[in-house]
Amino acid sequence: MDKKPFKHLRAGVQSAFTALSNGYLVGFLEGKIYTGPTKALCLPGLNCYSCPGALGSCPIGSLQAVLGSRQFSVSFYILGFLMAVGALWGRFVCGWLCPFGLVQDLLYKIPFPRKLRQLPGESALKMIKYGILAVFVILLPLLAVDVTGLGDPWFCKYICPSGTLMAGLPLLASNTLLRSAIGWLFAWKLTILAILLLLALMISRPFCRYFCPLGVLYGLMNKVSLYRLELDESLCIRCGKCEAACELNIPVLTQQNSMECIRCGDCKNACPTGALRSTLDRYRREKKTGDTCRSGCSR
Amino acid sequence: MSGPRKNRTALLFLGAGILLMLIGGFRGEIAVVLQKAVVICLECVGIG
Repeated sequence: MDKKPFKHLRAGVQSAFTALSNGYLVGFLEGKIYTGPTKALCLPGLNCYSCPGALGSCPIGSLQAVLGSRQFSVSFYILGFLMAVGALWGRFVCGWLCPFGLVQDLLYKIPFPRKLRQLPGESALKMIKYGILAVFVILLPLLAVDVTGLGDPWFCKYICPSGTLMAGLPLLASNTLLRSAIGWLFAWKLTILAILLLLALMISRPFCRYFCPLGVLYGLMNKVSLYRLELDESLCIRCGKCEAACELNIPVLTQQNSMECIRCGDCKNACPTGALRSTLDRYRREKKTGDTCRSGCSR
Repeated sequence: MSGPRKNRTALLFLGAGILLMLIGGFRGEIAVVLQKAVVICLECVGIG
């Protein structure tokens, strides 16, 4: 497949999924949110349930809601959902289905004087997201409870830029009552959002790389998910085009299924010999030719 | 880990995930999620 149609395919899937999962247009017009039964179901990406158009829930928001409730100290429903989605796709969700990923991808397409492959202190910065997952998504909602036994959704409240962009700004734009209640917290969240959007002009997917707790959970499954990448050593000519194409700066030749990989597919699309492929590509090819596995399928 | 073994592991996680979702559903967690998701989350919006 040519590179451009492939890029367009991914952007098309990202846009279509974002539009479909946020299709409650009345919400945007009237400054309210959808309240139907599909809100009990989680969407795979970081899609705020207070986005006026959202037809489903954010798994990270839901996880905090259950952990911060009086009844439960562990959420089998959300952990099961994340485990099932991760087992199927790993971080494919990040690359193809997450609305905030789409926003960052679009921003990175905008010409900017200096595009960076990584920030100084990249390794340390990448560790931040693990701390955010442990502290803001799990520990604080679970342990920092008020007198009634309820915990705050700390990640949503103090960090999540997706919520600010997809829920905060549209709701405040169309709901005067909410607008009259904003204060320092909104200014704080708006600052975080602004910094991340600015960073996204310079570097690909800054939020996914350094801060996203959902990406951590899906990333844990990247190595074993049913959809993963494989390298056929017999076809690889070590040209390095895959690594050059990777906007997340992953050493593709040695770590095709890195926890950081969002499965965007740019690496396999850049491969001139077809040595790099997904399990789905291999399955398709085997089905088409009736061929059995070559060397690649043992990886 | 070989490819078929990875696939088996993934299927094991998939099955375990579905089972956990069902357990969560029976425990009433879905109601908690729905209750939170159908009202505007002031924390998410940035009002607190």
